[in-house]
Amino acid sequence: MLRVSSPHTHIRRDTGQIMRLVLVATVPGLLALTLFFGWGSLFNVALACITAVLCEALVMKLRRRPVMFYLRDCTALVTGVLLGMALPPYCPWWLVVVGSMTAIILAKQLYGGMGFNPFNPAMVGYVVLLISFPVPITQWAAPAGVLADQVGFIEGMRQIWAGVPIDGYTAATPLDVLSQNTSVLMEDLYQTDPTLSTGLWAGAGWEWVNIGFLLGGLFLLYQRVFTWHAPVSMLVTLTIMAALFYDGGSSNSGGSPLLHLLSGATMLGAFFILTDPVTSAVSNRGRLVCGVLVGVLLYVMRHWSNYPDAIAFAVLLMNFAAPFIDYYTVPRTYGHKKSRSALDKGEQ
Amino acid sequence: MGSLIKTWEIPGGIHPPENKAQSLQLPLGKVPLPPTLVLPLNQHIGTAAKPVVTVGERVLGGQLIADAEGIFSASVHAPTSGQVTAIEDHLVPHPSGMSAPCIVIEPDGADQWVELNPLEDYLDADKDELLSRIRAAGIAGLGGAGFPTSVKLNPRADHQINTLIINGTECEPYITADDILMQTRADDVIAGALILAKLLNHPEHVLVGVEDNKPDAIAALRKAAAGTEIQVVSFPTKYPSGGEKQLIQILTGQEVPSGQIPASIGVVCQNVGTAAAVYRAVRFGEPLVSRITTVVGEALQTQRNVEVLLGTPINYLLEQHGFDPRQASRLVMGGPMMGFSLPDASVPVIKTTNCILAPSKSELPPPAPAQACIRCGLCAEACPASLLPQQLYWYAIAEDHEKLESHNLFDCIECGACSYVCPSNIPLVQYYRAAKGSIRQEQIEKDKSARARRRFEFRQERIAKEEAEREAKRAARRLAAEEAKRKLAEQKVETPEPPATAQAPAGDDSLKTQRARLERNLAAAKNSLAKASEPLVANEPGGTVTEEQLAKQQARIKQAELKVHEVEKKLQALDASNANEATDPVAAAIARAQAKMSMTPEDKLRSSVESLSKRLAKAEQKAADARAQGSDTADALAQGVIKLKEKLASTQKELNELTPSTVAQPSSASRSDTDQAALAIERAKAKAAALATMSAEEKLRNQIDALKARLEKARSRLEKAEADNDENVEAFRTAVDKLDERLQQLLAQQ
Repeated sequence: MLRVSSPHTHIRRDTGQIMRLVLVATVPGLLALTLFFGWGSLFNVALACITAVLCEALVMKLRRRPVMFYLRDCTALVTGVLLGMALPPYCPWWLVVVGSMTAIILAKQLYGGMGFNPFNPAMVGYVVLLISFPVPITQWAAPAGVLADQVGFIEGMRQIWAGVPIDGYTAATPLDVLSQNTSVLMEDLYQTDPTLSTGLWAGAGWEWVNIGFLLGGLFLLYQRVFTWHAPVSMLVTLTIMAALFYDGGSSNSGGSPLLHLLSGATMLGAFFILTDPVTSAVSNRGRLVCGVLVGVLLYVMRHWSNYPDAIAFAVLLMNFAAPFIDYYTVPRTYGHKKSRSALDKGEQ
Repeated sequence: MGSLIKTWEIPGGIHPPENKAQSLQLPLGKVPLPPTLVLPLNQHIGTAAKPVVTVGERVLGGQLIADAEGIFSASVHAPTSGQVTAIEDHLVPHPSGMSAPCIVIEPDGADQWVELNPLEDYLDADKDELLSRIRAAGIAGLGGAGFPTSVKLNPRADHQINTLIINGTECEPYITADDILMQTRADDVIAGALILAKLLNHPEHVLVGVEDNKPDAIAALRKAAAGTEIQVVSFPTKYPSGGEKQLIQILTGQEVPSGQIPASIGVVCQNVGTAAAVYRAVRFGEPLVSRITTVVGEALQTQRNVEVLLGTPINYLLEQHGFDPRQASRLVMGGPMMGFSLPDASVPVIKTTNCILAPSKSELPPPAPAQACIRCGLCAEACPASLLPQQLYWYAIAEDHEKLESHNLFDCIECGACSYVCPSNIPLVQYYRAAKGSIRQEQIEKDKSARARRRFEFRQERIAKEEAEREAKRAARRLAAEEAKRKLAEQKVETPEPPATAQAPAGDDSLKTQRARLERNLAAAKNSLAKASEPLVANEPGGTVTEEQLAKQQARIKQAELKVHEVEKKLQALDASNANEATDPVAAAIARAQAKMSMTPEDKLRSSVESLSKRLAKAEQKAADARAQGSDTADALAQGVIKLKEKLASTQKELNELTPSTVAQPSSASRSDTDQAALAIERAKAKAAALATMSAEEKLRNQIDALKARLEKARSRLEKAEADNDENVEAFRTAVDKLDERLQQLLAQQ
């Protein structure tokens, strides 16, 4: 007969299940990526996942931990999927492998494994690649309908594995176009740029990818995998920032709120990166603060820095700040007059 | 009365599967009389009751078998008639699986009862009467905590109670004991609530709070409460709404301040079962000897609620319900959220036993192994006290007690919501319990050491005080003795000696007489010393000098010597105190001259070299300082240094010349030196002698003359210096001024 401490009952959902829900939630976004940018993203995801799981298993073996027990939590898979989707389709295979290894070994396991990593592993992997190999990682395939041909299987494989370049399969992303634009009115930009002109709101392909991730995120919200605080505050802040600096669509404009919401990795970041429980702030108030700051940082970097998109940087910077934010956002406990930040009491 | 009253929402909370239907399929049952009844003396929070029966005694149903010990205690009564077979330690329902004193009764099956004392018109009864009946019935909170009910009904005078809450929430899954009670005995509950309200001076609100998953109970209560001051309030089902603090928040919107009791915000909370028991005790005089308990779980064939006698062993109860131990994963007393697993099924049902849960292995499987915390924050969302469970978890692992307390660990009600939702299966509550335990332990240790320190300090203080008192006594005794002595001396002085002597030290004129007296004393002392030193004569002619005599003589000699010494000293002191300034330089000159004389010339030179080098060093230092500060005197100081150096060099040279030659015979110079010193001594002595023989007036006149001469000399020197434009003019001038001043003083004295 068991002698255990209460509670004796437990919700039938564990970390593995939550991670599997996250994986399921990425499907619409991944589907959109595949539909509009070809099978390259699928391949990236597969390769990143295999590498991630192998690395995780290897480290677990080295750390003399039960390998299967830890693999079952599916966190390595999630990291692989997120990284694979963030990397450009048809990028060289080693880029994916290096990124995935960095994410799992460097950013996650060296810090103690699941639950102990201060930074989002997928984003660390991505940033390492972005800084080390800026050229291949910024070459995005053109969305379907913009160029005549989709990249074929053989062509793609040759580029991925052997580095044989494909002619003219890339196109500037809407955010690239926006950051390079210095003289054209927004209205004209929407007419002249091939990607923007073929899209409805924020460029062909990109808007659908973002809508896909938004759907996935709403699914996770519905499943109560995370709370609304961080993603909503981030998206609202981004909208406000974009509205503030829209500048009436002049050549100086930072782009419309809709463009910002539906381009780049906005929705992926809001619902899949920012909500990573391990590295985010703990309390709901803290998450609100975190989301606001990521929104501000994201817009600032998109508009004024050399990087067209900056989800990874913004989120990593907030990962740095999360403990600090936690420090000042301790909720008010039942029966206490006001929330006392850890600082007040600690000094007593 | 509808539930139009406003309710508030509590933060957090969870919705675990309710599992309440199983035990509600059958009506409230009864179990046959068990072969033994084990009644722990402590079934409540507080002091254990004291047995008032003896082993072997026959007791009747309802008879008091253990009396409440103090206020925070509750009596125990025999649930049926039978024989007390033992008063001994027995396993009791406690998470630790501990044993505690119990009274064991073997029922005789007759179920004979003592005569109960009913009270018809209880609503008109005196409050004290009501309270004493409740107290006599041994009622303790039946909701689970077991707080002696009468204590809660007697709030502090400064706690103005405005709300009485009857808790019928029963938010724990599986448990339906209160539900069935409210359904079947709603009238008892309401009547009990009215008694409680009367005891609390009819608070503004009397509320019965029930979760909305018990529609039958709500309906029954509403019917029973119609036309009374009582409002039945239903609110959405959520665990842990039934926690006292949570229910208060739901029904009043107020929070019980941390570390205080509900009465501090004017609220008293009682369980529905308690209310019913209060009614039975007041109206019929029935003591608390049975309760309704839910017996539930898939390891049982029958799942239902039963009215069971307190003291009924759990294994007997389970037997009656077709318990299959092979299927059961565990045995829990209480609900699945806050109940504790029983180490042994032989423990009895007690006043707080609201549920016996015997789940199958599939129903409540063993806990999954804990994984790492992923900081998902689900626990924080579930926490009804708005704590940060995962932070507490980290701090509990790190045993950071300070942080735990600053994150309000002690506001955790251990509801288990955080553990329930944790996707990593971390047994959070277990960590908090352990941390609370060790913090309490630490506090106890701290208090202990603080007490020890205080004790030590008190002891030190006491010792010091005693010492001081003794010292004071000693001082007082000494003072008294001195006083007595002084009085004696005064008497002596007054009678034999003329008053002149007594006043001797007063005037200047008597100096001489004083001196003369001292000299006489000295002579006498010397005389007695000489006498004492005389060779001893045997006491009896021809005999030898005894040791005793020798010792005595030695003592005498010592005394005489001391006396001589003393008188000499006095004489000297007298001389010193009465000698004028003029004598001092004389004495000093003698001393200097004598010292000089006793020195060899070599030594003399050496010492002068030494003192010169010392002076030089000082002068150099001064000069350097002055230069560093840019002072005007820097140059003069530098010159001084140069002069000193020259002098040092010459002295050194002299010494060098002297060293080889003077080892054998002193040089003429040194001899003349010696002679000169001797002369100086003679002169000084003569002066001293002259002074000693002079009267005070003469002395003064002498002094004035000497000063006048010195002043004259100084003046002439000053004039010369002024004429030469000497740099020391100032020094000369001050010297002249000083001398002049002194002279004026002496003249004034004259």
